[in-house]
Amino acid sequence: MKNPATVALPVAPPPSLWRLFLGFFMMGATSLGGGVIAYLRTGLVTHYRWLDDKTFVELMAISQSLPGLNATNMSILAGDRLRGWPGALLGALGMCLPGASLMTAAAFAVGVGGDDPVSKAFLHAIAAGAVGLVTVVGVQLGAKMLYEIADYVFVAITIVLVAFLHVQVIYALVGVGAVAIWWHRPRKTEPHDVKKPAPEDPVS
Amino acid sequence: MKQFLDLAGVFGYISLLTVGGGMAAFPELKTLTVDTYHWVTFPELMHYYSLGQLAPGPNMMMVASIGAQVAGLPGAAVVLMAFILPTGLLTFGIGRLWTHLDKWPWRASIQRGLGSVAVGLVAAGAIVLARGALSDWLAVVLAVAVFALLMRTKINPAIPIVASGLVGLGVFWLG
Repeated sequence: MKNPATVALPVAPPPSLWRLFLGFFMMGATSLGGGVIAYLRTGLVTHYRWLDDKTFVELMAISQSLPGLNATNMSILAGDRLRGWPGALLGALGMCLPGASLMTAAAFAVGVGGDDPVSKAFLHAIAAGAVGLVTVVGVQLGAKMLYEIADYVFVAITIVLVAFLHVQVIYALVGVGAVAIWWHRPRKTEPHDVKKPAPEDPVS
Repeated sequence: MKQFLDLAGVFGYISLLTVGGGMAAFPELKTLTVDTYHWVTFPELMHYYSLGQLAPGPNMMMVASIGAQVAGLPGAAVVLMAFILPTGLLTFGIGRLWTHLDKWPWRASIQRGLGSVAVGLVAAGAIVLARGALSDWLAVVLAVAVFALLMRTKINPAIPIVASGLVGLGVFWLG
């Protein structure tokens, strides 16, 4: 079955599979320092013009509400829109290959020099920096996702369960998730209270 | 062979927990790779995670490092496939169904409900990482500085993280 959702017209004709792979590979290789989604938007919408902005935001909403890495999910969805399942496969592959190769190489390098006090000093310090970065990501995600006191309560319960009571993440996800979804269950009186969070300016 | 199955099982499972970002799965990643299977030590895991923040592309490609450390190149390949395939197939399927789901009222409920859990999971991941990484005053100062800088500016996050590493080196040589 052809993808029925291809309603929005891409500005440029869909690329060949090879061009598609190359495009995602380039974006995967140049998106340094996180914020891959911003690079993807620049690449897909502005540079290659394979997607229009409306489609990009729509795919973004899907990526964010599913498990999996945002950038990988985006590559799969965009690849599928452009060239069906082979496009999805090659898009994800191109996106992941550069970073994965580098991190594989890093494993061999750290395996060689891991006990060296100089590289330990460096790695320990970037881990501290990463704590700062991750906190920012959490705050930004919170600003986008949390609207009422109940949402903050669900956040607090999840934190306590996972970080302090060491409950397995899957139980917290399913347990608190089910309660939270029930809390926000569809009510006939207030239709569509969720149109607010438009992921206009995705940061990471 | 057993080892490859273990790697595939663990990383396939962890991939399903990455709701809201890779950090959401960090507590479980730590439990399984460090405490249960002893594939890496906690410092090694933290170091790979933070190096992964400097690598291009999706931010959890550091899982390949763990696979490579355990079982070389085949290990990295198995881990990557296990980490990407399950959620990838899910995304692919839901992506095709999405327009039909648009009128399903529970879709919005799921998005909002899971949204707050995702924020909680990312925060819990940050706490677990912080417990290991913030072991001295220098680390605390660096974390706060990076946090403040990234909250106030739109600077590429790789820059303050590399700068943290250089400060760490400087303090090491001076001390």
